[in-house]
Amino acid sequence: MTTTDALAVRRNELVRGLLDILPADSVLHQAEALRPYECDGLSAYRRLPMAVALPGTVEQVRAIMRLCHRLKIPVVPRGAGTGLSGGALPIADGLLLSLAKLKSILDLDPVSRSARVQPGVRNLAISQAAAPFGLYYAPDPSSQIACTIGGNVAENSGGVHCLKYGLTVHNLLALQVVTAEGDLLTIGSEAPDAPGYDLMALMTGSEGLLGIVVEVTVRLLPLPERAQVVLAAFDDSAKAAAAVGEIIAAGIIPAGLEMMDRLAIQAAEAFVHAGYPVGAEAILLCELDGTNDEVSELILRVRQLLMRCGATEVRTARDEAERQRFWAGRKAAFPAVGRLSPDYYCMDGTIPRRRLAEVLGRIRELSEEYGLAVANVFHAGDGNLHPLILYDANQPGELERTEQFGARILQACVDAGGTITGEHGVGVEKIDAMCGQFAAPELAQFHAVKAAFDPDGLLNPGKAVPTLHRCAEFGAMHVHRGELKFPDLPRF
Amino acid sequence: MSRDLEQTIAERVRAAAAQATPLNIVGGVSKAWYGRTPTGERLDVAGHQGILSYEPRELVVRARAGTKLAEIVATLAEAGQHLPFDPPAFGASATLGGTIACGLSGPSRPYAGSARDHVLGARIVNGRGEVLEFGGQVMKNVAGYDVSRLMVGALGSLGVLLDVSLKVLPIPESHVTLVKECNPRDALAGMNGWAGKPIPLSATCFDGNRMIVRLSGTETAVQHAAQRLGGDRLADGDRFWADLREHRHAYFAGDVPLWRLALPPATPPIDLPGKWLIEWGGGQRWLHGEVDPVHIRAAAQAAGGHATLFRGGDRAGSVFQPLEPAMLALQQRLKKAFDPAGILNPGRLYPGL
Repeated sequence: MTTTDALAVRRNELVRGLLDILPADSVLHQAEALRPYECDGLSAYRRLPMAVALPGTVEQVRAIMRLCHRLKIPVVPRGAGTGLSGGALPIADGLLLSLAKLKSILDLDPVSRSARVQPGVRNLAISQAAAPFGLYYAPDPSSQIACTIGGNVAENSGGVHCLKYGLTVHNLLALQVVTAEGDLLTIGSEAPDAPGYDLMALMTGSEGLLGIVVEVTVRLLPLPERAQVVLAAFDDSAKAAAAVGEIIAAGIIPAGLEMMDRLAIQAAEAFVHAGYPVGAEAILLCELDGTNDEVSELILRVRQLLMRCGATEVRTARDEAERQRFWAGRKAAFPAVGRLSPDYYCMDGTIPRRRLAEVLGRIRELSEEYGLAVANVFHAGDGNLHPLILYDANQPGELERTEQFGARILQACVDAGGTITGEHGVGVEKIDAMCGQFAAPELAQFHAVKAAFDPDGLLNPGKAVPTLHRCAEFGAMHVHRGELKFPDLPRF
Repeated sequence: MSRDLEQTIAERVRAAAAQATPLNIVGGVSKAWYGRTPTGERLDVAGHQGILSYEPRELVVRARAGTKLAEIVATLAEAGQHLPFDPPAFGASATLGGTIACGLSGPSRPYAGSARDHVLGARIVNGRGEVLEFGGQVMKNVAGYDVSRLMVGALGSLGVLLDVSLKVLPIPESHVTLVKECNPRDALAGMNGWAGKPIPLSATCFDGNRMIVRLSGTETAVQHAAQRLGGDRLADGDRFWADLREHRHAYFAGDVPLWRLALPPATPPIDLPGKWLIEWGGGQRWLHGEVDPVHIRAAAQAAGGHATLFRGGDRAGSVFQPLEPAMLALQQRLKKAFDPAGILNPGRLYPGL
């Protein structure tokens, strides 16, 4: 039997099993029906799965997992497909499990300040449902109008307000998770500090490798009485970086603190007309929230600090409409940059803030070396850098050059004491970069953790954590400081 | 004081793993009474100490596990910063490692986050004696599973902590503590109601007949909120909260078993005999009394929470709320993934972990 035939047999077996669980319109297996699922937000990687299942109940998810466990078919979970690291890239001999139909808000309790929702509920929809009670869900990734809470849990998503309000992991109370065997587990609760090991920490950001999240209870926070944003322009990005440090040193923790460089400013301005100063080398957006008096006082202090740090212009949004406009430019920065070039590649390194000027300098050097332009958008408050490399996938070899360039940016982040991914996840995209971030014993420990949850390796295999062999091959190509990273492993 | 015992500790663990000798990991011996009765050969880690990096502008401190908690707190205070989760020390000898291994947080926990929330990275020795590093010194990091936060509250049973990186924050510029007499029901309603409003709450307590509330933030915000909430001002508020955190408050005196119930904060008062003290907006409730553990656990579970025999009582029995069989099996597999020989603080958390 050829491989193609074998695949067809497995596909038939899987589809037959799925049709016992789900109505026919919830099982997709024809190529044209599978096409919309071939990639997530990282469209450079595309692949068709054997089939797509769209369960509408938790019991169906459990039955599907039991089926796949019995048939030993790998499962890739998917939310809205907005992920930027290929975490939801299908596996050719696997099932793509879409959680999109599980999209009900099950309960919202304004007294205990929590919401119990299904994984396919959109991030923003939670805040919208909570707003009548004066509450909101704090983590706000830029894709919040589309991305789902299940995906946010899988990636431990951040957003522009992380420094003050934390990541997804800081805003979760409980999860219901279906295991690789189809069992239902409850992790955490509305009571603090669940007994035993903190599986919530482990599950959050595990990129679908440890279990399928089928219900999420999030913590809601009171909407601040007032939020106000200050925009400061600088003629030098190093001065903007220094200003960030000064604000923190003054004991002020802004609700959001964002930086954009010249190219990103120009792109955003051309796209959404946010009123950004297009001649500036860098801008800072600093949002302060709290009670009315508190915000007035902090705005005054931040304005003075920014002027002292050499800002060429400091503007306070005059009203809510202008505040929204200032943020619209930042939140639309990725698509705005997308208009400058046929394709762009978004990086997601994190660095200690003090190394910012140096890392930006390194990115400029690499940009010249590769002949590819870069726009920089930076969650300055928490050190998360998003360089956007502009390229044209239709030019032969340009994607490969872009990926190489990107890998060297990530290595620069690691060398600066940072990490290869702050919030987008490893997925398939940064799997090789993981070999530079971790040594063999750490990777082996990750695999042991995975095996404790999923001994057959059926949940999203091949993502997030590279095999030691893969790193051995990769390490042979990238010798770091003259040392082989995996000296003990056999080479090919 | 700075000393690096990493290699010594790793070698001890490797040797113990080879012989399957259980180890009792010991820091400052300030919380030896916590968890189940320790067993095994003593592995001292208090000597592995020193603050490795602290840059106030980065809002991160990294220190060896044996570093005294008091030294870290004092160093941060010099730069106007603190550990927002305000951990109890339960003695001057308390170390950073013990603090993180126990995963205990102080009065500010529901408003500022827990010990686990502030961990950014950790270097550990797993049960094979391998030195491993997870997370880092940056606020956001999703490379690999979040093993460093998994260490919090694991009571050393997954790895010996070598060093830990924590997020720190500026100390708020102003605090006010307010007191008002009331019954427990009104106290819980007040704590939960205010927590849903933009009020700078930073600690809450009901001590039997009074509700005590702390506000923290900018001077204007705190004064404004204090006027809004009403009640009397407590002159020595800082002392009250420190005594509460360290269990020096009069409530905690005596030898009767002390139970800690962690509950959904809006849970109405639980009908069990004994002396109650409520903290964390209703999320943490202390019960001092000789009550049948079965009743306490059942009551906590029925309310959607869990109960811990915090101090006293039978330390050889189940101290933490028993886990469901499927959950226990998963946690046992996880323990094996880190410590296949079962030598790291075995049984301190649960039998078999």
